[in-house]
Amino acid sequence: MRHYLVLRVIGKLLIPFMLMFALYVQFHGESGPGGGFQAGVIAAAAIIFYAIIFGLPTARKVVPDRLVETMLAGGVLLYALVGVAGILLGGNYLDYFVLAHDPVHGQERGIFWIEVGVAITVSGVMLKIFYMFAGRRRPEGAGE
Amino acid sequence: MIGEHLPALQVVVPLVAAPLIVLARRGAAAWLIATIASFVSLAIALALFVEVREAGVVSYALGSWAPPWGIEYRIDAANSVVLVLVALLASFVAPYAWRSAAFEVPEDQHYLCYAMFCLCLAGLLGIAITGDAFNLFVFLEISSLSSYVLIALGRDRRALLSAYQYLIVGTIGATFYVIGVGLLYLETGTLNIADLAARVAEVGTERPVLAALAFITVGLSLKLALFPLHFWLPNAYAYAPSIVSAFLAGTATKVSIYALLRFYFSVFGAHELFEVLPMGAILLALSVAAMMLASLGAVFQDNLKHMLAYSSVGQIGYITFGISLANQPALTGSVVHLVNHGVTKTALFLLAGAVAFRVRSVRFERLGGLARAMPLTCAGIVAGGFSLIGVPGTAGFVSKWYFVLGALEAGSWSMAFLPVVSSLIALWYMWRFVEVAYFRAPGPALAGVKEAPPALLVPSLALIAVTVFFGLDAPLTVGAAAQAAQVLLGGIR
Repeated sequence: MRHYLVLRVIGKLLIPFMLMFALYVQFHGESGPGGGFQAGVIAAAAIIFYAIIFGLPTARKVVPDRLVETMLAGGVLLYALVGVAGILLGGNYLDYFVLAHDPVHGQERGIFWIEVGVAITVSGVMLKIFYMFAGRRRPEGAGE
Repeated sequence: MIGEHLPALQVVVPLVAAPLIVLARRGAAAWLIATIASFVSLAIALALFVEVREAGVVSYALGSWAPPWGIEYRIDAANSVVLVLVALLASFVAPYAWRSAAFEVPEDQHYLCYAMFCLCLAGLLGIAITGDAFNLFVFLEISSLSSYVLIALGRDRRALLSAYQYLIVGTIGATFYVIGVGLLYLETGTLNIADLAARVAEVGTERPVLAALAFITVGLSLKLALFPLHFWLPNAYAYAPSIVSAFLAGTATKVSIYALLRFYFSVFGAHELFEVLPMGAILLALSVAAMMLASLGAVFQDNLKHMLAYSSVGQIGYITFGISLANQPALTGSVVHLVNHGVTKTALFLLAGAVAFRVRSVRFERLGGLARAMPLTCAGIVAGGFSLIGVPGTAGFVSKWYFVLGALEAGSWSMAFLPVVSSLIALWYMWRFVEVAYFRAPGPALAGVKEAPPALLVPSLALIAVTVFFGLDAPLTVGAAAQAAQVLLGGIR
């Protein structure tokens, strides 16, 4: 679809805003609708949109497979390590109370990093699934 | 300091190992991380086992939210046994995987295979350790989803179909379970299993509780492959890579049986189920059908792994047979058999994997005269078969002894014969292997076949040795199982 001029221009215009919106949903999650899962999906959708317009190989250059797999594992690892941080600071596993001097602030900090982990993994998984389906060779004669 | 966090680390260690493996990517590093994670899990499980024997119950509040509001990890005599079993089998399967997975799984998928193995281990340990009914569902899904992937990794293209079938059935099972838990939550307002137990007793057998019982029973029975809900199991085990069939055969169904035990005895209560409601009769009928028909099914298989899989369904029938009698010796038998059969069946599947490694097939028609080419492997399979039959001196004998005692305590001579009859069927199907491996002339398929490499043989024969050890030193396992049965029969209160 790289020959459609309107799509390309609008896409280029929109994608930064989509990514920005993902960040908004991410960081606004604690006081409004949103959170890591939704933000991760929106960010992945922006890349998928880019891949649809500019083709899969271009998208793979921007967000390589290696990075996607690292995101996929890194997010889970971040989540698990927040839990371990609770243990290291003298609480139980996934204990956010001890993450800051003020327990309420600790809860806020804990869930912040948890949601970052969720967002990274979710967008990684979305992209991985998209890459795998889009990268499959089609059987011959099945159209474009 | 680390000691008090063991319950969390039991699950967290394999859970963290999985993303680390994906980041490591290299096959050898992935294997090393998975093996270390398995060994560490085993060490933690043993430490918890010892701690529970001294302290009675170990409770851990995740995130420092006190139970019953937060998620509680609760280890008592019943689930500490299951934790040790799962971690022990993982510690035998992981070293074996070095050669076996290299042979059976495409090279670019090795690290994913090990990551899934660690996730599956984390899920299974989580089911066993958690004291929260919904958390149990989450771990059930973690272990199931990873096992679908693991089964689909099989070289045989039918593995994909079996994994898909298991996915459909497993999802229905998990959905039924969560519907049941939802109904219980509706009725009691709590998800903590210990708290549920107290509140369900107050509510009594109202209709939502009965519906919850029905949903949880069917859901978990699908997962534990209770006859006639076992149809997904034979193909899933037969076409999966050897390490996967070995690991899942010993752990996945056993952990589901533990979950069923927990709900039956701790939440609903033995009195309600077996005296007020006819659950005993229903379970007994299905168990006997499993012990007879599924074992007979094993006789007519033409493939070693299929035979072992059908035999698993039959052996699961023994365990539920003990549950249906619901008295101290029978339940002891169930818990002992959970361990003994888990160890035996994993050992047998590991040996079947060694056969597949050399012969590249486990079909009986190609295994004629195998004992001459692979004497140690065949001797191991025969020894494992003795345990399935229940020959004295093997683990299988110990558990069957307690089933007979349980049937006698229930006052039924005829039921005491059921395990014996089923053992004869086990003798029949194991004889088929003996006949093929020892009394047939070696076929052309065996030309150039040597004994399996030590990397495969040592872990599998060591596990066979554990089977014999559990048979000779019965007080070790029976003592733990009797305590477990006592805790279960006494309810959680």
